[in-house]
Amino acid sequence: MLMVVRSCAAGDTVLLKEVPARMQTMLKQRSGLRAAQPGRRVVKVRAVAAPLKTSTSAPSSSKALVTPEVAKDLYYDMVLGREFEEMCAQMYYRGKMFGFVHLYSGQEAVSSGVIRLLRPDDHVVSTYRDHVHALSKGVSAREVMAELFGKKTGCCRGQGGSMHMFSSKHNVLGGYAFIGEGIPVGLGAAFQSKYRRDVLGDESADSVTCSFFGDGTCNVGQFYESLNMAALYKLPHIFVVENNLWAIGMSHLRATSRTSGDEHPYIYKKGPAFGMPGVLVDGMDVLKVRQVAQEAVERARRGEGPTLIEAETYRFRGHSLADPDELRSKDEKAKYLARDPIPQLKKYMLEHGLATEADIKALEDKVAEVVEDCVKFADESPKPERGQLLENVFADPRGFGIAEDGRYRYQQAGFSSGTAVVSPPIGFLWH
Amino acid sequence: MLPGLLQQARNHGVLFRLPRLTAAVRGFASAQSEMTVRDALNSALDEELARDDKVYILGEEVGEYQGAYKITRGLLQKYGPDRVKDTPITEAGFTGIAVGSAFAGLKPVCEFMTWNFAMQAIDQIINSAAKTLYMSAGQISCPIVFRGPNGAAAGVAAQHSQCFASWYSSVPGLKVLAPYDSEDARGLLKAAIRDPDPVVFLENEIMYGQAFPVNAQILDKDFTLPIGKAKVMREGKHVTLVSFSKMVGYCLKAADHLSKEGVHCEVINLRSIKPLDKDTLVASLKKTHRMVTVEEGWPQCGVGSEIAALMQELAFDELDAPVLRVTGAEVPMPYAANLEAAALPQVDDIIKAVKSVL
Repeated sequence: MLMVVRSCAAGDTVLLKEVPARMQTMLKQRSGLRAAQPGRRVVKVRAVAAPLKTSTSAPSSSKALVTPEVAKDLYYDMVLGREFEEMCAQMYYRGKMFGFVHLYSGQEAVSSGVIRLLRPDDHVVSTYRDHVHALSKGVSAREVMAELFGKKTGCCRGQGGSMHMFSSKHNVLGGYAFIGEGIPVGLGAAFQSKYRRDVLGDESADSVTCSFFGDGTCNVGQFYESLNMAALYKLPHIFVVENNLWAIGMSHLRATSRTSGDEHPYIYKKGPAFGMPGVLVDGMDVLKVRQVAQEAVERARRGEGPTLIEAETYRFRGHSLADPDELRSKDEKAKYLARDPIPQLKKYMLEHGLATEADIKALEDKVAEVVEDCVKFADESPKPERGQLLENVFADPRGFGIAEDGRYRYQQAGFSSGTAVVSPPIGFLWH
Repeated sequence: MLPGLLQQARNHGVLFRLPRLTAAVRGFASAQSEMTVRDALNSALDEELARDDKVYILGEEVGEYQGAYKITRGLLQKYGPDRVKDTPITEAGFTGIAVGSAFAGLKPVCEFMTWNFAMQAIDQIINSAAKTLYMSAGQISCPIVFRGPNGAAAGVAAQHSQCFASWYSSVPGLKVLAPYDSEDARGLLKAAIRDPDPVVFLENEIMYGQAFPVNAQILDKDFTLPIGKAKVMREGKHVTLVSFSKMVGYCLKAADHLSKEGVHCEVINLRSIKPLDKDTLVASLKKTHRMVTVEEGWPQCGVGSEIAALMQELAFDELDAPVLRVTGAEVPMPYAANLEAAALPQVDDIIKAVKSVL
């Protein structure tokens, strides 16, 4: 497992070791970067995470990047994400799930790599591709599946759906359909953390927020507004770009202008333009992602401000279950399937003695059990009652207005048990 | 002095407060004072910032510039830059920050220089602030206030003059308030800041400089007005005039004029566009049997349209004439002063409308 992390401060020389072929080609094409020759000393590297030297001695767990516990946790989380999403596909085609469903298969290394090192009081904000972010953060598979089935035992009682996963317990602040919309909200959660320390005097307040979004989002105005303000206010916020190269059918290369001097539209390079470090990481490698995220999170907790992480990743399925996915080449898909993060981690664990075959099988079996259970749970759960329709519009339900008898409508008997009359007179619309 | 005060009190529909006022006047030299809407808003913000340290203000020019319209004058000096934050010109971004921080437990007051600029942030107001409590099934609330001047000013042309009352009031999950005088400004803003839901607070630039009488009750630091209740500014028996914000003043002037001709109008100040106080409207209609709504905004799907629909649904038999709407003209606001005046309801238009329903 080799760390390839490149900072994007201009003019830096970076030591590259065994870079994946695709990136090698990209990097060779870049002018303006003095590519390091093998054996040449690194002059100046300002990476968020310093490049690691590979161990040439025999692999053992003391030289591994993570402890066995962490490795197993990551493995379990990635397999859970994968099996859950694959189950979603099955359930969708069986009609149990409906609407827009966007699956995360292939990108698990990013979710597990970043979110599993967060604390419970840290926040996560995502887009519509949010099932696995919710799972990684700790929302139970049962609650997510039930939400997808539109049942009242779902994490949002069936009111949010696939694209709107919220959990106040696990600090998952959504789930946004409009790309770019969640990023300022993530900044807001980070702002709250800083405010608690600076204004409310809570010196222990050092929670961070991670906002996840894709390559397409990086052309949305709110992304740039957020980069500016995160750096300006030094917010403890991490921008995690899950660059899977495609925004529905629009290739990143067709949609985004190239950064100056490059043959490729790099997103991480936009960080320094706003005064924060930008890091490019192999998003198919969970340990690399974790290393980069660790440094970014620690920076943020120390009050040093935001980081922009661009994780190169790939979604094995189409944009959504309704996407025929005809524009991506078979070659490209095959190339990324070969870099599937789950077998990569499995290989690493076995090579470094972090887990045995039996351990790994046990983890996989556990996941299978959990996924089967959550489907059963979701299937057997009841649908929301009709009266739930009008609940939770306002935290202060007086917003429904005052009824004829002078009390607030929500105080009337039966307001929530059936379809209560809220605006038109009785018998007008609802039956 | 006293008769003048009483007359003023009557005009502003504070008859019910009269006994208290006279008691106060007996006790103190000058219990009646005046306060501009600007100062009313400023004092409300000041008091709420002092009361709860989770409340903070953000927006363009709210700090060092003392507020684009001076509503936040002095607050930066008093509370510091962490609680009165100047933002870059980046509405979608800072509105999102405010909304996200509200989700995480703070109580932001997000100022828009005018509500026109909020169109850059409307995604955050509606998709994030209004809908999240529902989408999360009650888990994540948004105790935020969005405020700023709404509607036409003077000569600021098409892109600075739109009234957004009807757009925002159609969204479930938002409360929409529109103060008229200083009492409204103080009471409704304080109620909005203390409210756990997102509130769209539509002020009016022309009203900022106007002074209204206030008393000890209004000046009390815990003075709030109930959200969802309209106020009867003036009682009458021939026609009900329904309005909000600046147009309430126009309705009162029209009512004054008409009373000399023997037509007595009941003037209702909605205060709250959402939730709409249907009961006060219906009760008034039952008295007068005729209604005219007045607003600055465009006619199609305006606030008056909703009121007309409601009145004929809820009290069809009480109507002796169709509910008439006096609205702004169906044009983007022109610049020329005379055209602008022609595009907005004037007192004469209201008088004409009243006469046509009689």
